[in-house]
Amino acid sequence: MKHIIVFLEPKDEHSLKRTSYEAITAARQTGAQITGFAVSGTETVLQSAAEYGLQNVVVAQHPLLHQYSSTAVSEALSQFATSVQADTIVISANATGKEIAPRISIKLQAGFIPDCNELSNDSAMRPVYAGKAKVHVKSNTPITVYSLRPNVFTAKSHPSAGITIGSFTPNLDESHAKVKVISILKNEGHLDVSEADIIVSGGRGLKGPEHFTLIENLAGTLGAAVGASRAVVDAGWRPHGEQVGQTGKTVSPSLYIACGISGAVQHLAGMSSSKFILAINKDKDAPIFKVADYGIVGDVFEVLPVLNQKLKALLGK
Amino acid sequence: MNILVCISQVPDTTTKVQVASDGISIDKTGVKFILNPYDEFALEEGLQLREKFGGTVTALTVGGDTCKEILRTALAMGADKAILIKDEHKNDSYSVAFQISEIAKTMNPDLLVLGRQSIDYDSFAMAPMIAELLGLPSISMVSSLTIDGNLIKAERDIEGGKEVLESSLPCVISAQKGLNNPRYPKLPDIMKAKSKPIEEIPSLSTHARISTMAMQLPISKRIGKISGDSESDISDIVLALHEEAKVI
Repeated sequence: MKHIIVFLEPKDEHSLKRTSYEAITAARQTGAQITGFAVSGTETVLQSAAEYGLQNVVVAQHPLLHQYSSTAVSEALSQFATSVQADTIVISANATGKEIAPRISIKLQAGFIPDCNELSNDSAMRPVYAGKAKVHVKSNTPITVYSLRPNVFTAKSHPSAGITIGSFTPNLDESHAKVKVISILKNEGHLDVSEADIIVSGGRGLKGPEHFTLIENLAGTLGAAVGASRAVVDAGWRPHGEQVGQTGKTVSPSLYIACGISGAVQHLAGMSSSKFILAINKDKDAPIFKVADYGIVGDVFEVLPVLNQKLKALLGK
Repeated sequence: MNILVCISQVPDTTTKVQVASDGISIDKTGVKFILNPYDEFALEEGLQLREKFGGTVTALTVGGDTCKEILRTALAMGADKAILIKDEHKNDSYSVAFQISEIAKTMNPDLLVLGRQSIDYDSFAMAPMIAELLGLPSISMVSSLTIDGNLIKAERDIEGGKEVLESSLPCVISAQKGLNNPRYPKLPDIMKAKSKPIEEIPSLSTHARISTMAMQLPISKRIGKISGDSESDISDIVLALHEEAKVI
């Protein structure tokens, strides 16, 4: 690993997505030269990466990059990587990365190591079988593309003296933009489980959709997202977007609070890489307690109001 | 519309994972293998599109003889044809994607449908890789799809919402929950599927681009402090979240 290209994604007018800062931190710790690559973002947004130690950013400029197209972005990044003879590409394994990283690996005839949770100078570790095992993986090719599991690499402040912003003009035509994003429907008014630092999830132990106010109240106190088990989503109590686990979303928040969730393997598959897990369940033998850091054996209907009140007191709310 | 649905066989979700003696894969002893759960959405979508537009659905997998079982499931659900690329090793995602793309080139499908991920290696890599090898557009993690003539409109889940995308046929998509409700094969169809032919194609050799050096079982680092539900127990937990875990 000598020269890493890190793909940067703007979040809004002020900053990059947290996953971009995570990728910069992970890349920096390998000791290699790093260049940020973006296809959009204002100077303010790109300058924000200096806080995490980035010194060089290149922005690709082309009319076909004005409307997001995963194929055009993949082509632009690949052309840039080739032009500077980079040997490593680091991209978050978020929804964007899941589409572009595999494509870039094909374009660059590169080994692709997806969803890494540890990155070293010549290899990576990644979870497999829903976290039931992990593998140490090495690339056999001169160029390697790594994607990083979101929320695993903590973005660490390490201010650089400043950022030089350069530009790159890729050679693109319509054949590179056969798929385009025409709009984005944001979940208004609530935080998504895939972006949240804390998740409060409810399961069948809540006994009915009307009791999810207990979950929502606790989530409100903590600024957390509401999650749900498959059982309650399939029963129509909660929307698909909230489902955590197999066939739902895989999450790695700092704190995952499982309320009235027994901990079926399918659920554990989606949340077992959370940094801390608090489980509340009245069955002391529920499998969720085997993966929990903290557990309360008790009735969610009695425990949640008390827990909420004590957290409010702690947080001064 | 000719549709190619690429499926894979994976260990059942409830499998207790043990490392095999080679140190780089799982011990398959006693493991029950199933059709990858996301591939059920892919097959269902292929079948619904055929019912709407006519054409054929071909199910394709890469693997050993045991993978015929999932091809028979696909046939029982209603696939017209089943193909097995015989490759016991499946070296890496690239080698699987390469072999699928080479077969796809001979078939010229209008649409390739996959599950968004296989639940063994969870790479989410196959749809974009195959698309890139074929020079086609792709949309991953599709939860809603409409096709009108050559135009595809799809929604896919992203962090904090959904993206609405447009593309055109031919195209590769990966399916996820929300797209449809997979059908259960009926018993007579399961019986009929047993005698349907499965085309076998020898493996096309490729060099693996990545290698697994070692597989390990993760060591649980959980604190495991399980307590009762008294007020003081709950206070202790809140304090621990604040001072020990420092997450609040």
